[in-house]
Amino acid sequence: MEKNLIIIGGGPAGLAAAKSAYDAGERDILILEREDRLGGILNQCIHNGFGLHTFKEELTGPEYAARYIKEVLDRKIEYKTGTTALSIDKNKRVTCASEAEGLMIYEAKAIILACGCRERPRGAINIAGCRAAGIFSAGTAQKLINIDGYMPGKEVVILGSGDIGLIMARRMTFQGAKVKAVVELMPYSSGLNRNIVQCLNDFDIPLMFSHTVVDIKGKGRVSSVVIAAVDEKLNPIKGTEQEIKCDTLLLSVGLLPENELSRMADVNLSPVTGGAVVDDDMMTGTDGIFACGNVLHVHDLVDFVSEESEWAGARAAAYIRGEKAKGERVAIGAEGGVRYVVPQYALRDGEENLKLRMRVGNVYKNVRLCVVCDGEEVYSKKCMIVTPGEMETVSLNEKQTRALKNCKKATVCLKAVER
Amino acid sequence: MKEMICTCCPMGCRLTVDDSDLNDIRVSGNTCPRGAKYGKDEVTCPKRMVTSVVRVEGGEVAMLSVKTRESIEKSRIFDALALLKGVTVKAPVKIGDVVVADVLGTGVDFIATKDVAVGPHGK
Repeated sequence: MEKNLIIIGGGPAGLAAAKSAYDAGERDILILEREDRLGGILNQCIHNGFGLHTFKEELTGPEYAARYIKEVLDRKIEYKTGTTALSIDKNKRVTCASEAEGLMIYEAKAIILACGCRERPRGAINIAGCRAAGIFSAGTAQKLINIDGYMPGKEVVILGSGDIGLIMARRMTFQGAKVKAVVELMPYSSGLNRNIVQCLNDFDIPLMFSHTVVDIKGKGRVSSVVIAAVDEKLNPIKGTEQEIKCDTLLLSVGLLPENELSRMADVNLSPVTGGAVVDDDMMTGTDGIFACGNVLHVHDLVDFVSEESEWAGARAAAYIRGEKAKGERVAIGAEGGVRYVVPQYALRDGEENLKLRMRVGNVYKNVRLCVVCDGEEVYSKKCMIVTPGEMETVSLNEKQTRALKNCKKATVCLKAVER
Repeated sequence: MKEMICTCCPMGCRLTVDDSDLNDIRVSGNTCPRGAKYGKDEVTCPKRMVTSVVRVEGGEVAMLSVKTRESIEKSRIFDALALLKGVTVKAPVKIGDVVVADVLGTGVDFIATKDVAVGPHGK
């Protein structure tokens, strides 16, 4: 079977990409979604705070998803739920399967990867201790409570202060559990400030920085965890151990872009973001394969996922029409406190104004976020504070974009504010 | 005196709010005027939107997500949540459907935040 555009994933990224590809004139679109309904992870994120940028109002996750699902349904864009993409290759052949239709093979002109991310599991962080029941990733606990209606436990310790962990501290409290502590390895939280206040402080849940879990105890079910302070090299400090009685340990220790399919198509991945390396059209190194949303780099706000994905959708439609810019690429590097920048490349003859998204590696106060082209500063923004937990965006105007696209070496970096 | 973290921006200023005289609340530690307003609101009448789930009978999923249509007083969150205990709604449900009306006499309803079509769950 042939399709112009196949979008893998029917969450916020896939929905926004489909909508904008359609609006850019593309009509032969298929969205593949492995769950039984569109909306992706938003369906289980029942808390409010979504859509402040996109809709200028505060929606819950399912409501935000519903807005974009409506856009897709209104345009009569084809989608298949309960359908898993099993493989893709660099020739843009997509193999997928569903209970209803069995195995299907599509030849696509373009593919947009919008597969989102997964939670880092226990095995990836090497916590010692027993293998008793009661250890969940925060997102799994969220699904159990909000979708399936089961309560994972009564006395809870949460490791990691990522946003899902913070949200789940409040959620478990609302459902009658006692959250005894949120334990964070780093001296700062990777979660949004607002979540620390409204999910922990509101309910007097202690947040312990520079601490980690060093042991999990229990037979059959978790009965306690042992936590300890860590030194500046993040190693546990002997003698600081304390045991906390609990029946449940939730892990909120980071998200990993889900790129199993990308690897099959030889998509070049960044070791920093865990997602594809893309140009300013959101196209990966494999011709005709695009990426957007959390499969590209993990976002903290869904609004930015939608924005980035709408761009990817429009550019994929242009690619299918044969309008993709060609020519040399300018590398956009990250230096001086900036951990990464997406996109990593800009096409020299592309005309569109650039939007750069980035994260910093530490907490910095009173800095300037700068774009430097061949040694010359073409953009600078004063920031009172930048933190690893909040993505920064730089929108370059026409002149600045031209400067970047015509230079040999572009970098984004932090500089001190001159007093 | 109350200590709190401002949530207006990522700066997260540590505010100290002197509420000994409710007619003259003094906020310090803020970097901008928004912080002063935040501090005042938080001591006079802190409000939160409350979100949770209730069971669905005969739906495509087992649980329906709900929210208070507007924010309610922070001190009444747990009383509001208690109203949801044992509540079961029948599918189909549409976004915006009232699940519990007039929560605790506030005039604010708990409303559905998800469409749930008819299905096999909870029969």
